[in-house]
Amino acid sequence: MHQNKKLELWVGTFIMAGIAALLVLVFKVADVQNIGTNDTYTLKAHFDNIGGLKVRSPIKVGGVSVGRIIDISLDTESFTPVVTMAIEKKYGFFPETSSAAILTAGLLGEQYLGISPGFIDDDIEMLHDGDLMEDTKSALVLEDMIGQVLYSIGGDSDK
Amino acid sequence: MLIDFIASVGRQGIEKFQTIGRATLLLYGALVSKPQPKKMFPLLMKQLYSVGVLSIAIIMVSGLFIGMVLSLQGYIVLVDFGAETSLGQMVALSLLRELGPVVTALLFAGRAGSALTAEIGLMKATEQLSSMEMMAVDPLRRVIAPRFWAGVISMPLLAMMFSAVGIWGGQLVGVDWKGIDYGSFWSVMQASVELGEDIGNSFIKSVVFAITITWIAVFNGYDAVPTSEGISRATTRTVVNASLAVLGLDFVLTALMFGN
Amino acid sequence: MESSETLVSIKNVSFSRGDRKIFDDVSLDVPRGKVTAIMGPSGIGKTTLLRLIGGQIDPDYGEIWFDQVNVPQLKRAQLYQIRKRMSMLFQSGALFTDMTVFDNVAFPLREHTDLPEDLLDTLVLLKLEAVGLRGAANLMPNELSGGMARRAALARAIALDPDLMMYDEPFVGQDPITMGVLVKLISSLNQALGITSVIVSHDVPEVMSIADKVYLLSGGKVIGSGTPDELRANTDERVRQFLDGDADGPVPFQYPAQALDQDLFAKKTSK
Repeated sequence: MHQNKKLELWVGTFIMAGIAALLVLVFKVADVQNIGTNDTYTLKAHFDNIGGLKVRSPIKVGGVSVGRIIDISLDTESFTPVVTMAIEKKYGFFPETSSAAILTAGLLGEQYLGISPGFIDDDIEMLHDGDLMEDTKSALVLEDMIGQVLYSIGGDSDK
Repeated sequence: MLIDFIASVGRQGIEKFQTIGRATLLLYGALVSKPQPKKMFPLLMKQLYSVGVLSIAIIMVSGLFIGMVLSLQGYIVLVDFGAETSLGQMVALSLLRELGPVVTALLFAGRAGSALTAEIGLMKATEQLSSMEMMAVDPLRRVIAPRFWAGVISMPLLAMMFSAVGIWGGQLVGVDWKGIDYGSFWSVMQASVELGEDIGNSFIKSVVFAITITWIAVFNGYDAVPTSEGISRATTRTVVNASLAVLGLDFVLTALMFGN
Repeated sequence: MESSETLVSIKNVSFSRGDRKIFDDVSLDVPRGKVTAIMGPSGIGKTTLLRLIGGQIDPDYGEIWFDQVNVPQLKRAQLYQIRKRMSMLFQSGALFTDMTVFDNVAFPLREHTDLPEDLLDTLVLLKLEAVGLRGAANLMPNELSGGMARRAALARAIALDPDLMMYDEPFVGQDPITMGVLVKLISSLNQALGITSVIVSHDVPEVMSIADKVYLLSGGKVIGSGTPDELRANTDERVRQFLDGDADGPVPFQYPAQALDQDLFAKKTSK
């Protein structure tokens, strides 16, 4: 009976240590910063080629992460890819002159969506929840680039 | 002669099914019952101590060393590519996704699993389980169930501790010894470790392993032939079967979680 | 239907394990409030009989009646209910090795009653006093001698004041003093508390001295029954061999084998 207190102390310590380990992993190793629901609004964009972009790929403005891709699908009428973005409301809204480009982090890194905000004027509208961002630049496809290089080399040699 | 062989294969197959059936009935009998928190809690506490707390030492020490070795070997390879700042990422992902749950499971099967099997087998051999039955107390609920829950709760916690200590060990080698920048080590790691994908899956794996190992350990003890030879064979069977099951399940889970 | 004079009634029970027929149409009655002994050569299945009464195993044929309830037909919950009224003392005592003697004896009380701790305390100490182990209450089972362990197990077995006490080979391997103690305890429990006792044993003198009724089993059947005096007067040679302890008789000395000269000389001729 007397062992009970000591036993409970050890078991309690064990469980606290385990939970502490979990928290360390969550906050220091994975660096989870925002817990809780984020207020986001959605924007859509069409691309010719999405390259290696995936759902949950980050959306960055000037390198700062402002949201994530939440859906990638194919528009069945125009047969072009449609990307749905979730942008955190705290970063504000973009003018309709903004452009979205699929960029690569580093040389061989993961692909992300970069937004360049366009200029703001009196008669320029801001993009709200569900709007379409019109100006887009697709991912660079390696085969196309090689084709271009070969074509330009081939073209030079013709002269 | 061929017929004998086929017949024996068939017989072994039937025996395996019977074993699985008995094991399932055991688990059902132990878990499906109305909970009695007042009586069960002290039992659970005691088992958490003997199964969980007493495993802390081996888990932490192993975690530390594995983290350090992983970091050292990783550094040696990465430094040739000039990619040593990715060391933190490599160590963290390896530990969280694979080594943490799996190595903890194997160590747990060897230390706690064999102890559970031996203890329950011995209780069966000395007729303690029988006498409990004759006293109208269900040994499944009183002996098996607390040990089962203790294993299922302890192992995931131990796996988390293993990974955490391992990553710290990795930092000791990478940053303190090999001189990688502290900030880069952690920021590259943080950028690549996802809460849901890596930590979540790590946790899920360790829970699955915990259930498997504890179930096997408890069943083999209960099913053991009540002689000293029988108990020794049951203990060996626990360690072997639990280890193989963990490794097999690890492949299945990895394919499901990270395959696509 | 059953007279209340018989607490346990075994009717035409047959039980086999594998090909071995352990009981072949066995019937016996255990009178209430008396000491009944079941004797026979080792390996005859006496422990199995106790397990049958306690419902741990079911017979292939036959009925086992405990106070007007047919045991093999009971569902699990009901079985647990009637088990509270019977108690078994295992050959090794089977104390729980992870708790003290006190906690062992308190175990059935804590599990099945809601008594407050101080009342429980008193009860446990009284039970221990009855078996002479009150001073050993705080020892662990591995600190007890074999005889003491059995007494402690006995205290645990009577904790709930059962109607039926079953003793599985209680005298095996005990020194004369401990045997005397156990005989005295069994006898006084029976007389003072009116507990019906079934003793399974092959220790003839000890058992015959306290039994009111004796059954002798051999070859899966009852070969003799009655009071100890009636049994001593029995002329059946199987009964005689058992009671007198003859090395050879209906149960032969030699394990079945071929003739001696064949065994000794066969090897030389086979090459």
